[in-house]
Amino acid sequence: MKHIKTVNKANLKETAAKGGCGKCQTSCQSACKTSCTVANQTCEANK
Amino acid sequence: METRIHKYKQGDKYIVLDVNSGGVHLADEMIFNMLDHIRPEPNADNLGITAEELAEKLPRYDKEEIAECLAELEQLYKDKCLFSEDEYRQFADKTLNAPIKAMCLHVSHDCNLRCEYCFAETGDFGTGRKLMPAEVGKKAIDFLIEKSFGRENLEVDFFGGEPLMAWDTVTATVDYARSIEKQHGKNFRFTITTNGMLLDDEKIEYINREMSNCVLSLDGRKEVNDRIRFTPNHKGSYDLIVPKFKKLVEGRTKEGRTDYYIRGTFTKYNLDFANDILHFADLGFRELSVEPVVTDENFPYALTEEDLPAIYKEYDRLYEIMEKNPGKFNFFHFKIDLNQGPCAIKRLRGCGCGNEYVAVTPDGDIFPCHQFVGMEQWKMGNIFDGNVDKSIKDYFAKTHIYSKKGCSDCWARFYCSGGCNANSFRYEGDVQIPNKLACKLQQKRIECGIALGCGQ
Ligand code: SF4
Ligand code: SF4
Repeated sequence: MKHIKTVNKANLKETAAKGGCGKCQTSCQSACKTSCTVANQTCEANK
Repeated sequence: METRIHKYKQGDKYIVLDVNSGGVHLADEMIFNMLDHIRPEPNADNLGITAEELAEKLPRYDKEEIAECLAELEQLYKDKCLFSEDEYRQFADKTLNAPIKAMCLHVSHDCNLRCEYCFAETGDFGTGRKLMPAEVGKKAIDFLIEKSFGRENLEVDFFGGEPLMAWDTVTATVDYARSIEKQHGKNFRFTITTNGMLLDDEKIEYINREMSNCVLSLDGRKEVNDRIRFTPNHKGSYDLIVPKFKKLVEGRTKEGRTDYYIRGTFTKYNLDFANDILHFADLGFRELSVEPVVTDENFPYALTEEDLPAIYKEYDRLYEIMEKNPGKFNFFHFKIDLNQGPCAIKRLRGCGCGNEYVAVTPDGDIFPCHQFVGMEQWKMGNIFDGNVDKSIKDYFAKTHIYSKKGCSDCWARFYCSGGCNANSFRYEGDVQIPNKLACKLQQKRIECGIALGCGQ
């Protein structure tokens, strides 16, 4: 496309069906301890 | 109607986020402006506007080009990565009865610093200075193994107060867990959050061997750090700590590891906090986290609405620095992996506090998370009776972006996940009401993070 480019997979919906396995890290354990940015966690099921 | 797209300009990028699919698009200026006039009805077959209608609204653009742009947008719409629908409500209660998989062990309700903004009230959470006996630590491991059912990866963070003040409990707990993890089919991941005062070679070696992450507290430039983080007799902590952190981090990085964070807090006193982040980078640290102070707005160092323009500007400046110097350092709150992020289920509720994650005090009392510790009404039990208050656990399992006020209409919902429950409770008096100031900061950071993600 010329005027708009998609930079990622846009697959959040697929992850809903397969997701929720709970293998990943709990967000507040990773660095913050005062707030929560969940989107910076990574999915461990795909590793 | 739920917010379906969010468009914004960051630096010279025109970014269009499709909230529900997670699609991120880089647009040109014309499409960016066209989108102001496009709002398809839910589940419509097309975007509900013609090129002629758009041309009338945007006379400064060439008609043919408008038609070309509209065709591109229609294609994205058909591919369900623009104006896609929110179909996640059906998963909202999916973590009811989830196992507990993570625990924050408050091994020390005491601290050897007196940081002015401490939410733990100089370490004791208002409940008296205390160290956790080793038996409590070991019992907590047994408890977690039992309550985690089928989950293999279990996380335990040593927290405080200052956890190094209870070093014997830390090592006894880790050694105990390691001795039994295999027989139970578990894999423990330990982390520690420390101010570094008591670090020595032996502890550094142990931490680098056993801990899969460590969070090292330091606020930035010496004058910034020492103004707030001082010893009980008012001596600044910077000079005591920095050499120890350097040593610890070198021990990890020489093995190619990046699993640490230098973690600071910014306050009204250092609204130029990007300079503190740069200072960390100059010290040789690369994994950085500097976060807004969480405190009562009556304190002089508290952040308030009036600081927002300055904070936004500083986040923009940090974004520019990082955009121009990729790989120089990582900033925790801008870190958003646009392809490998967490699944939608996790994004609905975020931290998992009180449900998948709990905190345990030196006496073995259980609270929803480290920031709820000391709030008696949220006590969930004690590890020695082995029972967890099911009504509180279920309450948190049912706390998600659809239960919280304003989140289901917020474009940031799948990145923020509804914010910090403890924060909401402390400042709004209700877990279900996000704190407005926290929301605004969060949204800004997410915008910067997504924009950085586009450049990678
Ligand atoms: S907590 Fe605030 S920023 Fe986060 S999703 Fe809810 S409304 Fe949006
Ligand atoms: S409630 Fe807040 S502090 Fe507690 S685990 Fe969640 S994000 Fe972290």
